[in-house]
Formats: sequence, structure tokens, C-alpha cells
Amino acid sequence: MGTKTRWGLGVLAVGLLASGSWLGLVHAPPDREMGDVQRIMYVHVPAVWMMLIAFTLNFSCAVAYMLTSRITLDAWSEAAAEVGVVFCGLGTVLGSIWGRPTWGVWWTWDPRLTTVFVLFVMYSGNLALRRFVENPERRAVLFNVSNILTGAGIPLIWFSVKYFNSIHQVQSSPKTVDSAMVLPLRWNAFAFLAAFLFFLFSRYRIARATQSLQLAVPEAL
Amino acid sequence: MSEHREAPSFFGRVGILLAKEVTLEWRTRARLNALVFFALATLLLFSFALGPDTTLLRQNAGGYLWLAILFSSVLSLGESFRVEQENACIDGMKTAPAGARAIFLAKATVNCLLLLTLALVLVPVLLALYGATCVLGVPKLFAVLGLGCLAISAPGTLYAAIASYARARDVLLPLLLFPLLIPALVAAAKATSLIFQGDPMGQFNSWVEFLGAFNLVYWGLGLVLFPWVIED
Repeated sequence: MGTKTRWGLGVLAVGLLASGSWLGLVHAPPDREMGDVQRIMYVHVPAVWMMLIAFTLNFSCAVAYMLTSRITLDAWSEAAAEVGVVFCGLGTVLGSIWGRPTWGVWWTWDPRLTTVFVLFVMYSGNLALRRFVENPERRAVLFNVSNILTGAGIPLIWFSVKYFNSIHQVQSSPKTVDSAMVLPLRWNAFAFLAAFLFFLFSRYRIARATQSLQLAVPEAL
Repeated sequence: MSEHREAPSFFGRVGILLAKEVTLEWRTRARLNALVFFALATLLLFSFALGPDTTLLRQNAGGYLWLAILFSSVLSLGESFRVEQENACIDGMKTAPAGARAIFLAKATVNCLLLLTLALVLVPVLLALYGATCVLGVPKLFAVLGLGCLAISAPGTLYAAIASYARARDVLLPLLLFPLLIPALVAAAKATSLIFQGDPMGQFNSWVEFLGAFNLVYWGLGLVLFPWVIED
């Protein structure tokens, strides 16, 4: 992707986020039960959606890398993991802020919260692994093996914590919210998608530049 | 003239590697001794941290047992590949016609046997220290101990191999392994607690089945992915 297109995505993301914030804060009606507090949904839900897209992309790239050993797939895998961790952290913090006035606590051991928090720790661990391996090819293999192990563990983590009492409401989607709230939710989802793509392509570019620097043959040879 | 010998089968090769691992461990017994005393100290620390409330200790005995085993497992797993990195023994193993999958099975099995031995030492101590009783019977306890140790050893062996190629391997191993083992820890601790406190709601079998599924996933992934981890 060219630099202009990438920065175009960034500008589009800022524009969509600004207008989406107006839609969420001013245009949309307050929730009947939660009042204005519910407006945080317009950023919390899209953040979690982007996390899911990022980790799915990471798992797919990790499997594809193991099958083909194409170094570009390792760069995509790294970019997706890092952007996924950012949205995972953002979704967790926004959810916690939403939880305080509605549930009365910053944190509860709800299956969804616990799973997302465990994912945050796991993918941060995988990214830390990259910093501790010198050889770029070895690093790519170990990182992607670890990503596959993490991806395979997601359903297991979900089912293991499911038996805890859950107070989390049903997931918000355009089908489960009032039509007046659908527009800001959809709008912000596209705003987050533009931001996600901008971060992903920028991070991929950095990963590729790092790879070409590390894999380049020294001039003395 | 030397007699022609047929190459051993896959499980024959696993058996040879297993014998090598067991001999190595038996000659020093250093790892097992360290594990046992570390785990005993952990059990003691739990009781000091919570105070002498026997009801609380008895209620949470299952969780403490698995935390002690989990913390000790990091020492054991890290050591299993550290000894191979010394004098480049791992290169010798890779050169020998054993196959990476046989190495994984042998290493993971020995790690599991070590953890199981540790668990068998810890259980009587736990019963005495915390005043717990095996309400559901000893065979079910053995089944959960076996499945739980298998669940730690497969991903543990894979991550120990991964960490052995990295700097700061002692920090990385628990960082990578502990979050992944949360489902196994939850299931093993719940099943053990049910053994100690009774199972009026009939939940025991579902936790055991969950542990079985966890083992299937990670022993399968271990066999598939391990060759990539150790081969150059």
C-alpha cells in the first residue's frame, strides 16, 4: 500500500471518529435504563470488534507462515498481534469505565472480561518473545508457533471461565440495539476499522523495514 | 562382522529417548528433589499467607495443590531443555535418527512423570496440613492428577523448547505458559476441590472431560509444531 493511501486511511479515520463521536454523544438518544453512561458502547464495542479481527488475522497469518515460510506473513502476523493488543487494552479499559457506574465495580470475573484480559497477557507475552530472540528467522518461527498455541487456546479459555457467574449483557450489535443507536454504532465501527487498517499497514511497514535491515547481507561480505 | 539391526519403530525410538531421560534424572535426582522442596515450601507459604483458618484452607486445598504443582513445573520444564543446550547436546539429539516428534514425546512424558511423582508426594502432605479428605475416592484423585500433569507437560515442553532459544528464558517461560494453562488450572483445581468436598451437583465428569479435551488439543499441537521449534 502506498504512503498516500495509508495516510488517507489515517485522515479518514480521524474524520470518521470525530463525526462518530458527535453522533454518539449528541445525535443518539440516551439509554432508557443506563442514561448517558451507555454512550460508551459506541467506542467500547467497535474496539472489541477490531481486537477480534486482529487476532483472527494474526492466527491466519501464523498458520500461513508455518506452511509457506514467507517472511512477509511474519510481518503481517506481528502487525496484527500488536494492533490487536492495543484494541484489546482499549476495549478492556473502556469496558471497565462502563462497568463502574452500571455494575458498581471496575472489574468482575465475568467470562468475557476474563477471556479478554487473558488474551491481552498472552499476546503481550508473544510480543515480548520477539524481543528476546536475535535470529530473525528463528524469531519468526517461535513467534508464530506461540501465536498458534495462543489462538488454539481461546475457545478453551472461554469455556473454562464460562461456568463463573456472568453479569455481562448480551453482546451489542445492530440487531440488539434500538434503530436510533444503530447509526452511531455502525459509523464508529467503520471509523475504528479505518483506524485499525491505518495502524495495521503502518505497523506492517515498520516490520518489513526492520526485517530487511536484519536480513540484509553486511556490506563487508 | 557386525550384525545388521533394523531401525527401531517410532515408539521404539521414544522408548530409547525416554530411557535416556529417566537415566539422566535418576543419576542426579537433583531436579525431583528441588521440585519437592520448592512445592512443599509453596504449600507452607499459602497457609502462612492466609492464616491458620482450617476451614478456608480445606475449602481451597484443590487450588493450592495445583498452584504448587504449576509453580514447580516451571523449574522442571526449564531445566529439561537447559541441560540439552549445555555442550550443544540438542544438536546431537537432532543429528541422531530419532526424529523431533519422538524427542517431544519423550521429553513431555518425562516432565509429566516428574510432575506426577511430585503430586503424589504433595497430596498426603496437603491432606495432613489442610485437613482435607478424599470424599470421592483415591482412584478419581489419581485420574485428575494424571490428566492435570499431562495438561501442564505438553504445552510446557513446547514452551520450554521455545524459551530455550531466547534470552531471559527463565522470565519468558512462565510469561508464556501460565496464561495458556489457565483453562487446565481451572478444570484441575475444580475437579480436585470436588474430590475433597463432594460432588452433589454431578459436575466432576464435565471438568474431567474438559481436561481430556485440553490434553487432546495441546498434545496434538505439540506433536505437529515441535519439529519447527527445534529444527534449524
